[in-house]
Amino acid sequence: MTEQITGAQSLVRSLEAAGVDTVFGIPGGAILPLYDPLMDSSRLRHILVRHEQGAGHAAEGYATATGRVGVCMATSGPGATNLVTPIADAYMDSVPIVAVTGQVPSASIGTDAFQEADIRGITMPITKHNYLVTDPAEIPRTIAEAFHIASTGRPGPVLVDVSKDALQAATSFDWPTSVDLRGYRPVARPHAKQVREAARLIVESRRPVLYVGGGVLKSRAWAELRTLAELTGLPVVTTLMARGAFPDSHRQHLGMPGMHGTVGAVTALQKADLLISLGARFDDRVTGKLSSFAPGAKVVHADIDPAEISKNRVADVPIVGDCREVIADLVVAIQAEHHAGRTGDYEAWWSQIDLWRTTYPLGYERPSDGSLAPQYVIERLGKIAGPEALYVAGVGQHQMWAAQFISYENPNTWLNSGGLGTMGYAVPAAMGAKAGRPEATVWAIDGDGCFQMTNQELATCAINDIPIKVAIINNGSLGMVRQWQTLFYNQRYSNTDLGGAGRGAGRTVERIPDFVKLAEAYGCIGLRCETAEDVDATIEKAMEINDRPVVVDFTVHQDAMVWPMVPAGTSNDEIQIARDMAPRWDGDE
Amino acid sequence: MSRHTLSVLVENKPGVLARIAGLFSRRGFNIDSLAVGPTEHDDVSRMTIVVNVEELPLEQVTKQLNKLIEVIKIVELDPAVSVQRELLLIKVGADRETRSHILETVQLFRAKVVDVAPDAVTIEATGNVDKLDALLRVLEPYGIRELVQSGMVALGRGPRSITDRSLRATPRPA
Repeated sequence: MTEQITGAQSLVRSLEAAGVDTVFGIPGGAILPLYDPLMDSSRLRHILVRHEQGAGHAAEGYATATGRVGVCMATSGPGATNLVTPIADAYMDSVPIVAVTGQVPSASIGTDAFQEADIRGITMPITKHNYLVTDPAEIPRTIAEAFHIASTGRPGPVLVDVSKDALQAATSFDWPTSVDLRGYRPVARPHAKQVREAARLIVESRRPVLYVGGGVLKSRAWAELRTLAELTGLPVVTTLMARGAFPDSHRQHLGMPGMHGTVGAVTALQKADLLISLGARFDDRVTGKLSSFAPGAKVVHADIDPAEISKNRVADVPIVGDCREVIADLVVAIQAEHHAGRTGDYEAWWSQIDLWRTTYPLGYERPSDGSLAPQYVIERLGKIAGPEALYVAGVGQHQMWAAQFISYENPNTWLNSGGLGTMGYAVPAAMGAKAGRPEATVWAIDGDGCFQMTNQELATCAINDIPIKVAIINNGSLGMVRQWQTLFYNQRYSNTDLGGAGRGAGRTVERIPDFVKLAEAYGCIGLRCETAEDVDATIEKAMEINDRPVVVDFTVHQDAMVWPMVPAGTSNDEIQIARDMAPRWDGDE
Repeated sequence: MSRHTLSVLVENKPGVLARIAGLFSRRGFNIDSLAVGPTEHDDVSRMTIVVNVEELPLEQVTKQLNKLIEVIKIVELDPAVSVQRELLLIKVGADRETRSHILETVQLFRAKVVDVAPDAVTIEATGNVDKLDALLRVLEPYGIRELVQSGMVALGRGPRSITDRSLRATPRPA
């Protein structure tokens, strides 16, 4: 007779068998049976967070930093619903995570029992797949499937809801040797004919651009991408989700496209005659007004998710496949074109691009009142912490500046909430990244608004020896919203003033909260920097502290804005390099 | 816009219908008709979904459906080479004067009377949309008291089956 164990023990063994080493979570009534055997597992490190949202983002940060599946855990009802935001975030950004939630006993399901929520129903539209398990015998197979689904094809979140009675019941453990899902067979190998057609278009085109998205990072195709770029000599743009997929220092790199992209990247896409989209999805933040996006371009669209192809922009050459295989095959196909004597001639294109990017480089102005420029802080942070460090941003102005002014040379060194735009992502995601890669320097670059949404995880970091570094770009307001109010709402600052920068209506007031004191209360080192002269020394000091988390309150100028900008809903042709300042195109067309 | 009939083979598991209905509403597609039922395989259900969309959105909805793990196969059935049927139950007012006319109509449409009351008859009819619409138009003047209509079910003509090949599984290493 096979060994009888509880469903909870079976679940712990399943997680171990799936190769899990770190779990972020919080116990509660329905999931209590699971936490008991979890205590005895020598292979699973459970990190007790302070809010389930933190567990979810930590799992995302862990997954993105390590390339493995991140795991979070919560109890039924509010524990599970608190995971909804990070699950939606992981869904939008294709991050492989598995969320395990406790559910009320199966006999109580549907009775509005205490702490009951239909988390499977709630998360249906924001998970790649989800499960409700009420039979303990189903636990190993379900966990094996969950990890398989989360990590293969287009990665994404999978939720496994397990009823309390299934955790308590006796069962046997039988880890499946294979996963059999007849409705799930992602296509990794691209169609050879399509790849040849793409190669032909590339050598025939005169104004091509490699439009590189997050899929290149998910498929670990950065080496192949570099080979392709250098073989063809094509200009490269990397989206917000792909920063680091191609070295920023590379001369073929035009930077980030989109709403706050560089003039070079935005304009190159706009004027291109061929876009080679690799693991990107023509998001509205990249295309601007879709009907006027890259009007003269043919489109080669490669993605592992067939539903992305021709979803927003019709593809002339659709290629379904894993980016790594697609790019590797493209390299071979391009070489064949070259051998046949067909090479692309992009000289005129490059001289045009070089004019755009040298005329309109990224830049910013120092505030005239002597206060600190947020862009300067971020630029210096990138220089001092260097290209080996991991940078984890929240959402808003600081995120855009961190995408613009840090030079990313290595893949998976830039983590942020791209698709969902989740304020509060940075601190817990940095925690997860640091837990997964303890040897790396991990900097969370956060806004004062974002920071206040999830800063409770500083306690988790301090207690569990996860010494992250946090740079709060503190402008005392919800900066990006304020920027829009400045530009589009007649400078009527409705509900964007937060008061944490010690300013109010132009005068100095009490800082609420005082981030230095708050850091200290959480067992972290708190530093403050308010002048450009102190920036380097402050960052260097923070770099030296590795035995506990460090929080730096960079109190910065309130009116700094993110430029360039394509106003929402307008054409990328309307890009502005500063307020009411459009680039001048005469002479180059 | 044009009508398309999708035959969707799905795992016979709880929650599958909710997933599919949710996908349609979230992506902004309208379902004209939906029928779900068992197939010759115990673990497979078959949905027949009629949607009214253009070519490109149809491609998108099909791709999105295919992404659902529990969707095994999707086939669009061309009305020209498939049999499409709906079931209609209609309760029509019928007195001594009108009853014979109604029964005549029932025969004309090869429908059946399944219940008779002193002042009403209940008629069962199957057919494609056009036939059932025509029947309804003819019966309307007699006074339709109640009607219920099923979603469309459809099957491709000829010897081939859409369930054969798609249900063979190829296991992958865990």
